[in-house]
Amino acid sequence: MKTCRLHESRFRTRPASVRFDCQKKPVQQTMSLKFSSAFPLKKARAHEVCGDGALAFAAISAGLCEGAVVWVSEHRQPVVNPEGLFAYCDPGRLLVTRADSQLNVLASAETALRSGAAGLVVAELGGAIGLTEGRRLQLAAEAGGTTALLVIPEGAGSNAAETRWRCTGLPPDTGGSSDLPQRQNYPPQNGPDSTRWRWSLIKNKIGTLSEWIVGWDAAAHRIIVVSEAGG
Amino acid sequence: MQRRIVSLWFPRLAAERSLRARPVDAPFALSLFDRNSERIHDLCPRAESFGLQRGMTLVHARSFCPGLLTRAADPDADQRFLRILARWATRYCPWVGLDGRDGLFLDITGSAHLLGGEEPLLGDIRARLARAGLSARLGLAGTPGAAWALSHFCEGIAPPGENLSRIGSLPLSALRLADQTCTSLERLGIATVSDLHNLPRATVARRYDPDVLRRLDQALGAVGEQISPLQDAPGFAARLTLPDPIGLLDDVMAGARRLIGHMCTQLDAAQKGARMLRLTFRRVDQENRSVELRLARPMRDPDRIAALFERGVGAVDAGYGIDMIRLEAVEIEALGMRQLDRAQNREKDSLDDLVTQLGNRLGLENILRFQPVDSHIPERSFTLVPAAGSRPAPAWPSRRPRPLRLFAPEPVIASGAGGHQGMEPPSRFRWRGRFLTTIGAEGPERITPAWWENDDGWRGGLRDYWRVETGEGRRLWLFHTPQAPRAPGWFVQGEFA
Repeated sequence: MKTCRLHESRFRTRPASVRFDCQKKPVQQTMSLKFSSAFPLKKARAHEVCGDGALAFAAISAGLCEGAVVWVSEHRQPVVNPEGLFAYCDPGRLLVTRADSQLNVLASAETALRSGAAGLVVAELGGAIGLTEGRRLQLAAEAGGTTALLVIPEGAGSNAAETRWRCTGLPPDTGGSSDLPQRQNYPPQNGPDSTRWRWSLIKNKIGTLSEWIVGWDAAAHRIIVVSEAGG
Repeated sequence: MQRRIVSLWFPRLAAERSLRARPVDAPFALSLFDRNSERIHDLCPRAESFGLQRGMTLVHARSFCPGLLTRAADPDADQRFLRILARWATRYCPWVGLDGRDGLFLDITGSAHLLGGEEPLLGDIRARLARAGLSARLGLAGTPGAAWALSHFCEGIAPPGENLSRIGSLPLSALRLADQTCTSLERLGIATVSDLHNLPRATVARRYDPDVLRRLDQALGAVGEQISPLQDAPGFAARLTLPDPIGLLDDVMAGARRLIGHMCTQLDAAQKGARMLRLTFRRVDQENRSVELRLARPMRDPDRIAALFERGVGAVDAGYGIDMIRLEAVEIEALGMRQLDRAQNREKDSLDDLVTQLGNRLGLENILRFQPVDSHIPERSFTLVPAAGSRPAPAWPSRRPRPLRLFAPEPVIASGAGGHQGMEPPSRFRWRGRFLTTIGAEGPERITPAWWENDDGWRGGLRDYWRVETGEGRRLWLFHTPQAPRAPGWFVQGEFA
């Protein structure tokens, strides 16, 4: 509640001309945002994710939400491989929806969000969307109480989204030299999974921006924060 | 007009139905468990030539014919097949009734000339059934009784008014009498139909049960006999005609709701659910506009159906107004009573409604679910099935780590050391226009192609898969084809998260 009030008052006092350019300005990081307050994603809101690791972000979000997951995409063949998804989320919960155009992707996502039958709606978008489309999805998410996650290309997205994330994979040991000994234990035997991502929060409507290096704990089925990368 | 009836008898319906599905080249019989032992239910002529007959125990039959092939009989399926044949027979006349468990009656009064007369009609029936692998015996007469006698005993046509002369010489069992009655009449020296006809009626009526004379009269046409055509499948439709045209969405939906409520009551009484519905609006200018609704699951809940119709009805152009609304259930399925449940059903129902809504926009075949497939080939280890009418996979089998993104193999250009013999991945390679450095690799996992499947993608022979971690942060799934007919090479097939 406190953040909500804060946010509203801030919104009111801010001049209209600078309302939408927060992503261009480097925000002064005075206090670090806690990861747990930003992820798992806030329910009944529309979020956006871009970058190489966007699909993993979507898969992890799907694994952490409850109920069915509607995955809307424009592709004839599924982009996500259920065998790979298995590590993060039960593929049986997925409802894969093939649309023939971006318009239908957006319309299907809106229908699915408004019905409230699913826990998460993932929409893979091929191109940029405007403020109108983003706002409609946001309203539908609020009406149905369903979380929306739009997988967008770099630089696309709308200002109506609650948060926007950029996810990139990281080499197994950051800062290490390139002549690491090659590991020959395949498949890995209960060893810690070396998968690391850099998750940057590049837009946040209700808080500051931040960046974390995270990993996936397959055994506990949860995200572990390796380091608070800070600003 | 004189009635003309065709009696169609399938003497080996059960055996021929089974042989149509799976032909065999051997003496063949169907067995059914009856009176404490497996007995022959029906058999083919080849088995009959060994001296087998219906009702014989299977053990006995095998001693006559050791090479006898048998299958279990399915009398219910035979009856369903006979109903299919009855529906087929409506191509000759509209009035077709069942006759016992292995025959049909066709009332061809007034329709024989459509095929050029009675002889060509029987020839056509015989030819078509022979092509379908069914042997049939046909009789045509003025009454069902006489036609039955002809089809079962001598085949042929009795011209109008000549029933007695054609069936007079047939034995008494041609009159559909009980065996016991026939035997006792034969003991008195009454062997044929004409013998019975020549007896004084009063003495027969006094000594035998009334069935004897009734069957005789039915055969000769003195007493009428009904042929009951098969009942049509129940149709579900409702119509609302309005005195004045309407055009507002709320009004139209109110009318549609009334029809939906009415139809759902009918469906409820018949224990059916609609799978596809069509709502047709007739406008005052006599144009018709229809809205179709395909449901993910059979349903008969009026409120939910009405809510699903709203989007389609909103798109209809009402023109100058609508004065008739018609609702029709185009596809129906059986839907039994269901136990009410507080949470689970509501959640499932809302998901089914969502599938319906999405399906009406994109087509139900585009709303899919993953199902696991038992295959070691990565791209074949899952399949997509339509979500409508399928259950989610109960438990996904846990397999080896696989990439989150899988694509068609893309060749890479190895530029660094290593990767020569396929013993380890190249230390530097170029993929999608970018140079990547290998800093870690796990493998190999060898996957051999499925030789029983003709897959062009696996022409290169077996593959050694490696998980490669690059200095640029991408984790790729590379494979090497040591057996490739041309130069062995490295390919990227997927990307881990």
